[in-house]
Amino acid sequence: MFTNTNLMEFIFGRLSWNSLAFTHDPIILATFVVVVLGGGAVVGAITYFRLWGYLWNEWFTSVDHKKIGIMYVILSLVMLMRGFADAVMMRAQQAIAFGENQGYLPPHHYDQIFTAHGVIMIFFFAMPLVTGIMNYVVPLQIGARDVSFPFLNNFSFWMTTAGAVIIMMSLFVGEFARTGWLAYPPLSGADYSPGVGVDYYIWGLQVAGVGTTLSGINLIATIVKMRAPGMTMMKMPIFTWTSLCTNVLIVASFPILTATLVLLTLDRYVGTNFFTNDLGGNPMMYVNLIWIWGHPEVYILILPAFGIFSEIVSTFSGKRLFGYASMVYATVVITILSYIVWLHHFFTMGSGASVNAFFGITTMIISIPTGAKIFNWLFTMYRGRIRYEVPMYWTIGFMVTFVIGGMTGVMLAIPPADFVLHNSLFLIAHFHNVIIGGVVFGLLAGINFWYPKAFGYRLDPFWGKMSFWFWLTGFYFAFMPLYVLGLMGVTRRVNHFEDSSLQIWFIIAAFGAFLIALGIASFVIQLVVSFFKREQLRDTTGDPWNGRTLEWSTSSPPPEYNFAFTPVVYDHDGWYDMKNSGYVRPLEGFKPIHMPKNTGTGVILSAFSVTLAFGLIWYMWWLAALSFLAILVVSIAHTFNYKRDYYIQAETVIATENARTKQLAEQA
Amino acid sequence: MSNTQAATSEKPVFYLTEEHHPENSTNLGFWIYLMSDCLMFAVLFATYAVLGRSYAAGPSPADLFDLKLVAINTAMLLFSSITYGFAMLRMEKGDKSGTLMWLGITGLFGLAFLGIELYEFYHLIHEGATPQRSAFLSAFFTLVGTHGLHVTFGCIWLVTLMVQVAKFGLIEENRRRLMCLSMFWHFLDVIWIGVFSLVYLVGVLG
Repeated sequence: MFTNTNLMEFIFGRLSWNSLAFTHDPIILATFVVVVLGGGAVVGAITYFRLWGYLWNEWFTSVDHKKIGIMYVILSLVMLMRGFADAVMMRAQQAIAFGENQGYLPPHHYDQIFTAHGVIMIFFFAMPLVTGIMNYVVPLQIGARDVSFPFLNNFSFWMTTAGAVIIMMSLFVGEFARTGWLAYPPLSGADYSPGVGVDYYIWGLQVAGVGTTLSGINLIATIVKMRAPGMTMMKMPIFTWTSLCTNVLIVASFPILTATLVLLTLDRYVGTNFFTNDLGGNPMMYVNLIWIWGHPEVYILILPAFGIFSEIVSTFSGKRLFGYASMVYATVVITILSYIVWLHHFFTMGSGASVNAFFGITTMIISIPTGAKIFNWLFTMYRGRIRYEVPMYWTIGFMVTFVIGGMTGVMLAIPPADFVLHNSLFLIAHFHNVIIGGVVFGLLAGINFWYPKAFGYRLDPFWGKMSFWFWLTGFYFAFMPLYVLGLMGVTRRVNHFEDSSLQIWFIIAAFGAFLIALGIASFVIQLVVSFFKREQLRDTTGDPWNGRTLEWSTSSPPPEYNFAFTPVVYDHDGWYDMKNSGYVRPLEGFKPIHMPKNTGTGVILSAFSVTLAFGLIWYMWWLAALSFLAILVVSIAHTFNYKRDYYIQAETVIATENARTKQLAEQA
Repeated sequence: MSNTQAATSEKPVFYLTEEHHPENSTNLGFWIYLMSDCLMFAVLFATYAVLGRSYAAGPSPADLFDLKLVAINTAMLLFSSITYGFAMLRMEKGDKSGTLMWLGITGLFGLAFLGIELYEFYHLIHEGATPQRSAFLSAFFTLVGTHGLHVTFGCIWLVTLMVQVAKFGLIEENRRRLMCLSMFWHFLDVIWIGVFSLVYLVGVLG
C-alpha cells in the first residue's frame, strides 16, 4: 500500500480526482458541460467535413504572415469570450452581494475570476489581437512578401496559443491564481498561495511570453530590413511606425517579465528568498520589476491602436494625415517616456516625496505627445470630406472616450490624489476607460477596416454600427458609476458590501456590462451576416475604401506572394501617390517567386511546451523532464532541415494575376 | 536608382521588374535577441545589486568566494572566446577541419568553465551557503547559474553546429549559424566580465 501511494505520487504529482474543479462546483460543472458539448461539436464537424488535413496543411503549419495573423485574431476573439464571461460574473456578483445576500460567488472563486479576467484580457485577448493585426498588415504596408523569419512567426503564434491552453486548463483542472493579475508576493509566494493557481499563472505567461518576444524581434527585423525600395523611415505608413515602436517596447520589456517571473518561480519551487518576508527577501523588488515591464505593456497595446486610428482618419477624410512627422515623433517620445513612469503604479509604497514627484511629472509629460496626436487627428478631419463608415464611428467614439480616460489618468498621476484613489474603483474605471476606449475600439476599428482586405468582402455596416453603439453606451454605463464609487472610496477586488446605498451604482454598471454583451453579440452577428451576404459585399478592386497605403494596391484577399512585383515608393501614402501619378498595373513579365515552406515544428514544440508546463504545475517531474528533452530534440532536428523554401512557378503567378485582371475588367 | 529614373522619365517607376532581394535579416534579428537576453541579465544584476547585502546573518562574499578559483574560471571563458575567434578566422579561409578543431577546443574550454563553476557551487552548498540561506545567496546563485545555463546551451549548440559543419561543410547557412553562435559566445563573455567585477571582485575586495 505504502509503495503504491509513492508510485501514484510519482506519476501524478499533486494531481488527484479532487483537483478536478467541476467535481465540487456547480458553476464550473455547467461550464465544463458546455465546453465539452461545444468543443465536441466543433471537433465532430471538422471530422465530419474532413477538414483536419486542410487545417493542418493550409493553416496550422502555414508560415504565411497573413494566415498567422488571422489565426492570432481568431485566438484573441475566442479568449475575449472567456474574459468577458468573467467580467459578467463579477458585475452580477457585485450587483447583488449586499448585506444579507452573499451573492453566488464565494471569495476564493471570485478572486480567481478577477485574476483570470485581467490575465486573459491583457495577455490573451489584447496582445494576440494587436500581434495578429500587425502580422497581417505590416508586411503588406511595406511591400514585402512575408516577415523576416517566417518559421519563427508560426512558432510564436503556437507558443501564444500554448499559453492560452495552459490558462484555460486551470478552469477545470485545479484552480487559478487568487492574487490579482500581477501576482504580487508575498501573497503569490509559496507560503500564502501553496496551490497550483499561481503556478498556472507563471507557466501560462512564460510560455506565451516566449512567443511574444520572438514575434517582437521578428517584426522589428521585418520593418528594418524588408521595406520596399524608396520607403525611407519617414515614408513608412504611420501604422508601420507605431508597430515598430510597439515591437521595440515588446523586445525591451518582455524579457523583464520573464526574468521577474523566473525569480518568483524560484521562490516557489526552490525556496529562494527574493520576495519573501524573511531571510533578506524584499517583495517591493517584485513590484518595481513587474511594473518596469507592466507600464511599457500598456503602450504596447495602445500604440498600434493609435496607428490604426491614424490610417482610418486619413483614409475616410480623404486627406493626408495632418502632421505626419509630428505623429512619428510623438510615437517615439511616448515609446521612450513609457520606460520612466512605472513607479506611478505604486506611489503609496513609500518611495518618498522626491521620487514620487519625479514619476508624477514624467507621467504627466506623456499626456503632451498623446494630446498632440488627438489634435493631429482633428486637424486631419478639418475640411476633409469625411465618410462615416464603421471604422470612422469607432475612431470618433475613441477620441471622445479616450480624452476622458486621459484626464482621469492625469488626476491619478498627482501623487497626493493617488494616495486617496489608489486601488479604488476610480483606478479600475480609469484603466478600462483607456483600454476599452483606446485599445478595444482601435482593434475593432482595425478589424472593420482591414477585414475586406483579408477576406475579400466588407463587413455588414448595419450590424457594425449596432455593435459600436452598444459598446459605446455600454462602456459609459459600466464604468462611469465606477468613477463615482471610486471617489466615494470603494476599493477594488471586493466580492461583498455592507452599505446598501452603493448598490444602485453597481446595478447600473451591471446594466452597462449587459449592453457590452449586446455589442459583442452584434459583432458576432456582423461576422455571420456578412459571410452570408458576401456576394453583395464583395470587394473586387482590392481597394474598397479608396485607401492610401500599399496593402490596398494588391487584390483582396492578397495572393500568397502579396505582390507579383515589388512596389517602389515615393511618398508615405504610397498607393495614393501611385493612383494619382498614372500607375499602370503590370500585366506581363511575371517571374517565379521564392517563398518559405510550411512546417509542423511550431505546433509540435508548442504541444510539448504545454506538457512541460503541466508537468511543472502538478509536480509530475517525469513528464516535465521528458517534455523538456523532447523540445530539445525537436529543436535540434529542425535545424538539420536545410531545404526550407520553394518557388511559386511563373505559370501560377500568371494565372493568379490574369484572374485579377479579369476581375478588375468586369468591375470597370 | 528609382529616384533618378523618376526625375528623368515622365511616369515614375512604381514596381521592380527584377526580383527584389532584401538584405538577410538574421544578423540584425540575432543582435536584437541578444539585447533582449541582456535585459534578462540586467534584471538579475539589479536584483543582485539590491539584495546582494541581505545576508540574513549568514555568510558574506568575503567568507565564501575563492578569487583564485574564479580567476582560473574566468581565464577558461576568456580563452574560449579567443579560440572561437580562431575558428571564425579558419572559417573565413574556408578551412573546414581547422574550423572544427578550434570549435572543439572552444567547447573544451566551455566545459572546463562549467566544471569549475559546478565545483564551486557544490563547495558552497556543502558549506551550508545554499540558495535558500539568504536573499544574497538567492541572487548570487541565480545570476551566476543563469550565466552557466547559457554556457551549457551554448555548448549544446556548439556540438550541433560541429556535426552540421562536418556533415554539410562550410555552406552559407552554416557560416551564418557560426556567426550567430560567435556573437552569443562573446556576449556571454561580456556578461561574465560583469559578474566577475560586480559579484566577485566587489564582493571580496570592495
